[in-house]
Amino acid sequence: MILIWLIGILMFGGLLAWLIGRWNRAFPRWISLYTVSAGFLAVISFWIDHYPFAFRSNNWLEQFHTEWIPIFGISFHLAIDGLSLLMLSLTFFLGILAVLTSWTDVKYQVGFYHFNLLWILAGICGVFMAMDLFLFYFFWEIMLIPMYFLIGIWGSENRVYAAYKFFIFTQASGLIMFLAILGLYFIHGQNNGSYTFNYFELIGTYIPAKIQTILMFGFMIAFVVKLPIVPFHSWLPDAHSEAPTAGSLILAGLLLKTGAYGILRFVIPLFPMAAKEYGPLFMLLGVVGIIYGAVLAYSQSDLKRLVAYTSVSHMGFVMLGIFAFNTLAFQGVIMQLLTHAVSTGALFILAGMIKERIHTRNLDQMGGLWTKMPRMGAMAMIFAMASLGLPGLGNFIAEFLILLGAFKANIWLTVVATLGLIFSAVYSLRIMKRVFLGSKINHQKIKDLNWREMTIMGSLAILIIWLGFFPQVIFKTAEVSINKLQYYLSVKKMDKTPQTSSLKTKHETISIKKKPIKNVRK
Amino acid sequence: MSESDFLALLPLLILASSSVLIMLIIAMRFSHRIVQLSSLLLFLIAFSSLFYIRQIIPYFLEPLLVVDGFSLFIMGLIIFSSLVVNIISYIYFEEKEESPKEYYVLLFLCTLGACVLAVSKHFISLFLGLEILTVGLYALMAYLRGRNHSIEAGIKYLILAAFSSAFLLFGMALIYMETGSMDFTEISKNLQQLEVSVPVFTTGISLMMVGIGFKLAVVPFHMWTADVYQGAPAPVTAFIATASKGGVFAVLYRFFIAIDGYSYRNLILTLVFIAIASMTVGNLLALKQKNVKRILAYSSIAHLGYLLVAFIPGSSLSLFAVSFYLLAYIFTTLTAFAVVTILSDKDSDAENIQQYQALYWREPVLAFVFSTALISLAGIPLTAGFMGKFYILAASIQSGYWLISIVLILSSVIGLYYYLRIITMMFSGNKKKEVKIRKVHPAFYKANIFTLCLLTLLIVWFGIYPKDLMLFMQNLIMH
Repeated sequence: MILIWLIGILMFGGLLAWLIGRWNRAFPRWISLYTVSAGFLAVISFWIDHYPFAFRSNNWLEQFHTEWIPIFGISFHLAIDGLSLLMLSLTFFLGILAVLTSWTDVKYQVGFYHFNLLWILAGICGVFMAMDLFLFYFFWEIMLIPMYFLIGIWGSENRVYAAYKFFIFTQASGLIMFLAILGLYFIHGQNNGSYTFNYFELIGTYIPAKIQTILMFGFMIAFVVKLPIVPFHSWLPDAHSEAPTAGSLILAGLLLKTGAYGILRFVIPLFPMAAKEYGPLFMLLGVVGIIYGAVLAYSQSDLKRLVAYTSVSHMGFVMLGIFAFNTLAFQGVIMQLLTHAVSTGALFILAGMIKERIHTRNLDQMGGLWTKMPRMGAMAMIFAMASLGLPGLGNFIAEFLILLGAFKANIWLTVVATLGLIFSAVYSLRIMKRVFLGSKINHQKIKDLNWREMTIMGSLAILIIWLGFFPQVIFKTAEVSINKLQYYLSVKKMDKTPQTSSLKTKHETISIKKKPIKNVRK
Repeated sequence: MSESDFLALLPLLILASSSVLIMLIIAMRFSHRIVQLSSLLLFLIAFSSLFYIRQIIPYFLEPLLVVDGFSLFIMGLIIFSSLVVNIISYIYFEEKEESPKEYYVLLFLCTLGACVLAVSKHFISLFLGLEILTVGLYALMAYLRGRNHSIEAGIKYLILAAFSSAFLLFGMALIYMETGSMDFTEISKNLQQLEVSVPVFTTGISLMMVGIGFKLAVVPFHMWTADVYQGAPAPVTAFIATASKGGVFAVLYRFFIAIDGYSYRNLILTLVFIAIASMTVGNLLALKQKNVKRILAYSSIAHLGYLLVAFIPGSSLSLFAVSFYLLAYIFTTLTAFAVVTILSDKDSDAENIQQYQALYWREPVLAFVFSTALISLAGIPLTAGFMGKFYILAASIQSGYWLISIVLILSSVIGLYYYLRIITMMFSGNKKKEVKIRKVHPAFYKANIFTLCLLTLLIVWFGIYPKDLMLFMQNLIMH
């Protein structure tokens, strides 16, 4: 029941904010803050309640199931496991920050703004919980329109172009995925006689190799555009740089993650053979993304575009890790999803704060800001270091594990990918140098961070350090999800005997602590 | 004719007698308001009579007509659209210099024609229905005779419709020559028994397709659409886009099922070609338009293409897909044109896209309603348009028509651009405290807004929870 409440409270809060926003400007902010905080507390207390014992069993932590459109075998089916729970916590955490960052940022149509914000979050929550492919697609699309409005109404100068581009890219790729979903639906129906969009039943579907490849690419195109992977990334720099700060935060922190989540949750379990076959190709794309993103990030003069391209680079690591298909890399990927959301989100917030103060995103007009804003400088230092992968901060764990896992799968690609770390050091340090150090450019009085901004940045900083020192909590939470992935990959789906929705991976459960050591020794 | 025959024809009889009744009311020199309200009442009666005759379906009035679940459904859609058109017409025509009263007579006649199409199973009734519909439409399109565009639209439609009727008649004649019958079921019976010359028969069908294709405005018979949509008064455009297309599509479907047109490969190939052409051309031509009515015209061409995609597989699912999509399309289009109508003023229709700039700040309700309608036309979740598109894709993929499904998806992505353009226009611009436009007829204005909100609610409701509607349709159409 908690699952439906999480979505419901966001949608209801959004509507309320919109309605009240017509009379009062301040209320929508408070309403959204309360709604998102309530959701956050619910998720966190759920996590604490179930930690760590529930995360060891193979059962789903929580389910909600009811009929929706029975004629087509569509049900309203939500369920979460460790992976979903991590993503949900992230969603609500960043949701709070998004509301806080737009506290003074948004000056007109406050009610409608918060409506959009909360509905995006609702759509994202739905994506992380949906266990019915139709429902998944439904949520996948729901978040687009509010995001379109968020960029198109409250963005900066070139907002309309960016909003179009974002919408058309994601919608087109989403529709192709929808075709693939329908294809899967009919193949399953013709094989088994039961027409259903239920994830658990579709997992066991026997699909001929050729069709499996086509369907997998149908799914992948949607996720790869969202992630984004070169050459489907061109919407991202525009959307990120034109969106309002909260929009960039949600785009980088959550929307991109839905792509990775989709691959982990749907592509690998549904099409394990095709995924394995084309794994090297996707790893290659990931590596191209790492290098390409990093090089382009270095050559940007627009702060937000720079950060946007670092996202492309970081998401390349995610792609590389997922298609390495081993436990280490999967752990790294999940870490990377969280740490990238925190560190890049923080950089976007910083860019927004700088823009609010000196009204530009151009690096040439910045410089020497540290002396004027020491607190902001210190915060920026932490996240620049996180972005370049300094040990002790979360990103290091993530990227290290991914490279470790990928090394076993493909040595040469990993070697090239490792160069990405050097590049990331180059562009991260460049941010620090151009913005905070160097020659001073005379600006009028600039205020340093106030208490609200310190709360935002401080909580992010604590989180990234916590992730860097205690990643075990995350691994334990996601342990079963990763084991399941390994299980799907090990089952030979090409056999004539189709496996029906078996999630019984008990015999497969391997203690995670031991495995990495074994792998390293090998 | 027996008593039950009359009962089965109740909706048609009500519509026919309503037009006479309204004429009498006009002759008695009642005001526009009375005329409008009484026609509204009559439409409501006609609509509710559909529920009344639900018990006796299927009912055959040999040889011309059949009243079954499908025709009842289509009639419901047609009468409902006319009802909405009637509601939005009052303010629109009250402000114009022409006497608005005869308009309602014509509206009843056109509705009658479209309904006859929906129940016909014979060439004679088909042609009768079509002509009642089109002759009424000539007058309706040119109703505002002071406007150049209006006259142009009427004459254009007159010439092309007459031309296409000739094609239709010639096609019917050829089919009659080969099969010796004009009844759909008789034709299919004779097709199996007699030695039919296939070239002549397919020529006949092709010629009929030209005629029908013109009425549906599918590519390559679409030339008239944009001009007529633009020139006709906005409520009339709403009628053309919804009721008249619904009726023609229904009869096309019935004819195809009866003669088993799906067994003719060439015919299906032609339909596939028409569908692909309509979807791509319609959406591409809409991209550069600056006139909202023209945009909606081209978008309707594309939507008829989508409907054909559902139509081509010919499975049982495709019948539901067609019905559901027609419903979604008609509701959405009505909403869109209703907004255009409400925003129109005395001198011109609100057709320039610039007029929609910053609408959200001036008229939040209208802007919201219009956005919902456009989003539904674009087929994005939470709206009926999405469920309709899902139905269509399911129907065509089930039967393995991958090519047209992919074309549908790609062209609807193109379509997104111009729908978004209007939406962006409405939400952009500065928040200016403009002088509130004077609402001439507050009561009617409120009624309009109420209707619009109801329609929007239905669009969203069918988009989120279509289960009840689907079950209702299955029960109705399966009978």
